[in-house]
Amino acid sequence: MARVAGGDDGGGGADGDRPFPPGEYPILVVGSGPGGLQTSYCLRRLGVEHAVISRDDRPGGMFRWYPVFQRLLSWTQLDAPFERGSREFEWYDHNSLLGDEREHQALICDVLDRSHVVPTRQQMEDGLAAFAERTPLRVRYGCSWESTRRENGRLVLTTSDGEYRCRAAVFALGVTEPWRSPIPGIDQVPHYADCRHGEDYAGKSVFIIGKRNSAFELADGLLPWASRIVLASPRPVETSNFAQASVRARYLQPYEVSVLGGGTYAVDAAIERIERDADGFRISASGTTRPGRIEMRADAAIAATGFTTPLRDQPQLGVAAVAQGRIPALTPFWRSVSAEDIYFAGNATQGAAGLRKHGVGSSSPAVHGFRYNARVLAEHLARDLFGIERERRRFEPAQLVPFLLHELAHAPELWAQKGYLARAVRFEPAQGIVDAGVVPLAHFVDAGGPEAIAVAVEMDTRGQIYPAAYRWRGGRLRGVELAGELLHRFQDAEHARVLTELLDDVVR
Amino acid sequence: MIDPDSLARLALFADLSRAELEAAGQLFDEQMYETGERILRQGLTGNAFYVLLDGCVAIKIDGTERARLFPGDFFGEVSILTGEPPTADVVAMNAIRCAVLGEPDVEGFLIRNPRVMLRMLQAEARRVRSANLWHG
Ligand SMILES: Cc1cc2nc3c(=O)[nH]c(=O)nc-3n(C[C@H](O)[C@H](O)[C@H](O)COP(=O)(O)OP(=O)(O)OC[C@H]3O[C@@H](n4cnc5c(N)ncnc54)[C@H](O)[C@@H]3O)c2cc1C
Repeated sequence: MARVAGGDDGGGGADGDRPFPPGEYPILVVGSGPGGLQTSYCLRRLGVEHAVISRDDRPGGMFRWYPVFQRLLSWTQLDAPFERGSREFEWYDHNSLLGDEREHQALICDVLDRSHVVPTRQQMEDGLAAFAERTPLRVRYGCSWESTRRENGRLVLTTSDGEYRCRAAVFALGVTEPWRSPIPGIDQVPHYADCRHGEDYAGKSVFIIGKRNSAFELADGLLPWASRIVLASPRPVETSNFAQASVRARYLQPYEVSVLGGGTYAVDAAIERIERDADGFRISASGTTRPGRIEMRADAAIAATGFTTPLRDQPQLGVAAVAQGRIPALTPFWRSVSAEDIYFAGNATQGAAGLRKHGVGSSSPAVHGFRYNARVLAEHLARDLFGIERERRRFEPAQLVPFLLHELAHAPELWAQKGYLARAVRFEPAQGIVDAGVVPLAHFVDAGGPEAIAVAVEMDTRGQIYPAAYRWRGGRLRGVELAGELLHRFQDAEHARVLTELLDDVVR
Repeated sequence: MIDPDSLARLALFADLSRAELEAAGQLFDEQMYETGERILRQGLTGNAFYVLLDGCVAIKIDGTERARLFPGDFFGEVSILTGEPPTADVVAMNAIRCAVLGEPDVEGFLIRNPRVMLRMLQAEARRVRSANLWHG
């Protein structure tokens, strides 16, 4: 079924300029946010024919609207120790999608100015649009997926334009549909997604339900306007280890005000009830970390209780979801644990938790994490469904340890997805030492061999970064945690010695 | 994040108030595994505390099954308390669902919720007792 696309990607022409009319495609990608765009790009580079549909009218996904206060939390450094467009530079640029050619790389840098290391929402949207336009990616916009079924071994997606049949679908739907926790009265409370302007809250006392990023982003944006801000949720704000903090540093200003100043409160409380009346809201809550009762009024209330994946009828098809049904439960290669032909890309890839060694989660909810998942997924689909294998680099024994150390020191995949993605090398009797590419670490450690090594960058409970290696040898797996280094210089004699020892049968 | 009602059903959390259950619901994650997937790996990783919500897991040492756990049972705590890698594989025998607490959060959670700690200790005591009986 595989066809080499040779730059163009099937479909097109049937109704005006809109590509991919309803019909049969090997793979269907749904969504034109960064997750869908990156997946389509990577599939195309591998020559996997596919169609892309989106209900939007242009590329960018949720960045066409959010964040509400118009600035992201992920950074891009315009200058770095590596040249723009190099693979190593990607680690300094968390917002560009991945391209193989220079004109498709580091595109956010072209729209960013030096006023802030974090792009505005508009700059992010422009950067994504530039990627879609220059590569160029073809998407059938204005096409909404409505329902799903299986027929004769094919997945059938009914859309506003008609039916699409495919062997497998990749859903890059985002985790951006408003979700409210089940608190009595919360349906009367506007969601984060309903907020627009700070001036709407001028001089008001505002009650925000939630104490994670979106709640603190709102509080940060409302600080110049509101007279009082109370943020409340049962779980305490955790900031002792930045790597695992429940709020990103960029939005911590209101937290500092709550600790050192006045007028802003971050309260650990379970909200029992919220009632709307003519004057605003009446809230009843009960303290969690410290006992106590809250009975208070606020002029305005906002539910910053998070987002959900718009799975539509997938649960009826057997797609299981976690986190109160908000996130699809996924295998290490981002397939639904309970549906063979349904894959996910983008933000929803957080549904594959990985090893979570030392409790460290993945970066899959953000662009700099899931852009790599997309590339690994595309290679996996190309290989497993269509038998398309990328040309693999072979190593001389003497090249192996320096290669692995370079990866540990600089590979953006390993640094972005700590303890989650790994660089693997196989040792094959016929082929010798072969680069096996970037793989999910959870897959590598459970695959049961063959003879291979994988290296990953990991982090311990105190946020200390160290390199790790996993070696399959004679059907047994050995994991080694190497020492960290103050400036993360892993390409030194000591690290080389440990890897050489682990590979003594291969490199000597 | 996990639905507090999923936790409320379990003996381990039976003493928690509604507010405490809701705080726990925000702290624990929910994970699902397919039949045959490993959740803990002998000698390798661990570093999380798991409470089984649905399904059944097998405890395997060097590939030999030693025990099975069922909804309400928990695992992974020994590795966290001792700071050592797990001494057994824990493998899903069917589709399973667990509540998961990462290593960094375990100590704080137990200290804030001593009744959960007590119930854990009681369960550990029962395990030691049945292991002693088993070995004569
Ligand atoms: C408030 C907020 C702020 C964030 N800030 C950042 C940040 O600063 N940096 C960062 O890296 N990440 C951030 N994120 C995470 C962010 O969601 C992702 O980085 C990114 O937008 C996810 O990309 P995606 O492609 O998975 O989903 P989205 O961008 O949400 O795109 C989903 C796509 O699927 C389409 N779709 C959905 N349902 C259907 C359907 N039924 N039929 C057809 N098409 C459909 C949508 O129209 C859209 O095109 C933030 C998230 C939120 C909620």
